[in-house]
Amino acid sequence: MPSSVMPTSRQGDGHLSTTAISAVGLRKSYGEKLVLDGIDLHIPAGSVFALLGPNGAGKTTAVKILSTLIAADAGELHVGGHDVAADPQAVRAAIGVTGQFSAVDGLITGEENMLLMADLHHLCKREGRRVAAELLERFDLVDAAKKPVSTYSGGMKRRLDLAMTLVGSPRIIFLDEPTTGLDPRSRHNMWAIIRGLVSDGVTVFLTTQYLDEADELADRIAVLNDGKIVAEGTAEELKRLVPGGHVRLRFTDPTAYQSAADALREVTRDDQALSLSIPSDGSQRELRSILDWLDSVGVEADELTVHTPDLDDVFFALTSGGNVPHQPQKDAR
Amino acid sequence: MNSLSLAVRDSHTMLRRNLLHAWRYPSATLNLLLTPIMMLLLFVYIFGDVMSAGIAGGGADRSDYIAYIVPGILLMTVGSTVIGAAVYVSMDMTEGLIARFRTMAVYRGSVVVGHVVGSVLQSVASVVLVGAVGVAIGFRSTDATALEWLAAFGLIALFALALTWIAVGMGMASPNPEAASNMAMPLILLPLISSAFIPAGTMPGWFRPIAEYQPFTPAIETLRGLLLGTEIGHNGWLALAWCVGLIALGYRWSTAQFNRDPM
Ligand SMILES: Nc1ncnc2c1ncn2[C@@H]1O[C@H](COP(=O)(O)OP(=O)(O)OP(=O)(O)O)[C@@H](O)[C@H]1O
Ligand SMILES: [Mg+2]
Repeated sequence: MPSSVMPTSRQGDGHLSTTAISAVGLRKSYGEKLVLDGIDLHIPAGSVFALLGPNGAGKTTAVKILSTLIAADAGELHVGGHDVAADPQAVRAAIGVTGQFSAVDGLITGEENMLLMADLHHLCKREGRRVAAELLERFDLVDAAKKPVSTYSGGMKRRLDLAMTLVGSPRIIFLDEPTTGLDPRSRHNMWAIIRGLVSDGVTVFLTTQYLDEADELADRIAVLNDGKIVAEGTAEELKRLVPGGHVRLRFTDPTAYQSAADALREVTRDDQALSLSIPSDGSQRELRSILDWLDSVGVEADELTVHTPDLDDVFFALTSGGNVPHQPQKDAR
Repeated sequence: MNSLSLAVRDSHTMLRRNLLHAWRYPSATLNLLLTPIMMLLLFVYIFGDVMSAGIAGGGADRSDYIAYIVPGILLMTVGSTVIGAAVYVSMDMTEGLIARFRTMAVYRGSVVVGHVVGSVLQSVASVVLVGAVGVAIGFRSTDATALEWLAAFGLIALFALALTWIAVGMGMASPNPEAASNMAMPLILLPLISSAFIPAGTMPGWFRPIAEYQPFTPAIETLRGLLLGTEIGHNGWLALAWCVGLIALGYRWSTAQFNRDPM
């Protein structure tokens, strides 16, 4: 029969390690296809870590391995102070997982799903009811609690999914694309909930396609591409990795555009849109010098926007072999 | 709590989930009863006159044929119910919820135990329902003792357990519910080539060994013997051997598949 339940007490070298999740040389391939090619991670307890990467980069695979769902081919992996390969049951007792695809029981009600989780966490009946009611309330599912989950919308299922993950009050939580498919309000609610978890000292490992989400939530971000971590750091550190800051001038009058383009050097022209991009770090001094230059040649731009590199730039620069796709319109920051 | 009581508790939780499903969607279970009930009525009321000529050396009447056919129909009911289990398991395994269970510190076998026990309970309940139909159209046991009734009940439960383990294995081996349903089809076809409807002795000689030694016939003959006092002979041991063999096989097959890394 499958392995039996292990005691959940913390073991190891006696002291509580401050590393929640660590991986050294994590490798995994599916048949011929190498998906993770020696990943190293070090995630301090109580922090939010975001794993970014294009579709098929291996984010879900990394989550599945660290959450004991599938085995790695190689690597030293520790979660919550326990060796993932040697003592998966102890890891399971420490974590909560919300996978990329919904993991709810569609045939029963939302409340029954919550009580099922409470039973599996061996809460007593009263405690189980209390926790279920509290989480249903927190995730705005009270009205739907008595309805079969198969009648829920995608966003409601997603919220129930996370609520179920929180039943055992896990100290380490894996969230694989937690806000995919949520409307903007639900997304911001989800962010608030995640921040709330973090303020309680929970460690969050999240993957996401939304770069602003990583920017908003994560203490540290790693970019996964081609099975390797190609960059890791805070959002600010990552943004510094790529050039891309520029000032954009737009004209409506073609002659003004033409004379500005002739006068300014080092510009990238977009003749169709009558706009010019000038590389710049967006500092006050550089802006003033650009304005002075424009004044001195006597042209007036109709619109001036400052672009600082954002995580999108980082993402494109790091994950598509350096080919930054042409992005004609982008908001000023 | 020690690990045994945790295993029991988690398995019980999973079983409650399965029974809740059955309770919420009774039509899924009841639909599976249609085939054996239709077979019973068809063979008794439509083919009955011809069929009864084939048993007891001819001259049997309708009530004799009802008595003959009901034990086979009861075990056919088990076959039909566990097809539902195969479909249900395959449906469940493709759900993300099972992945969630795998990342929780619950007793690993609890999911499978829940399915197996749930399916056996459903099979027994189905047999009781179909048996009630049999009694309603005139089936009576000929002075079976309490012990024989108990043995009959035990045989049905054991047979249900055996077919369930095989069905659970089939459900896990199937990529989707349709495939599971197809793979489990023999479980309802085998009774048709057993001694359920006509004695194996009346079948063509080359076919007789197949009919006599496939899992349904010994179980049917044993049940018939317990309820109607006919000769059981070596069929009791054969039925027991089949059940133990199928349980061992289905258990190994199912747990090996469940413990494999999910896709
Ligand atoms: N069970 C499997 N068998 C074979 N290949 C697989 C399997 N699961 C994943 N892969 C492959 O591994 C690679 C990584 O998949 P993974 O799901 O980890 O990507 P991801 O980064 O989560 O992508 P997405 O952003 O689309 O969710 C993909 O090329 C995928 O085709
Ligand atoms: Mg993914």
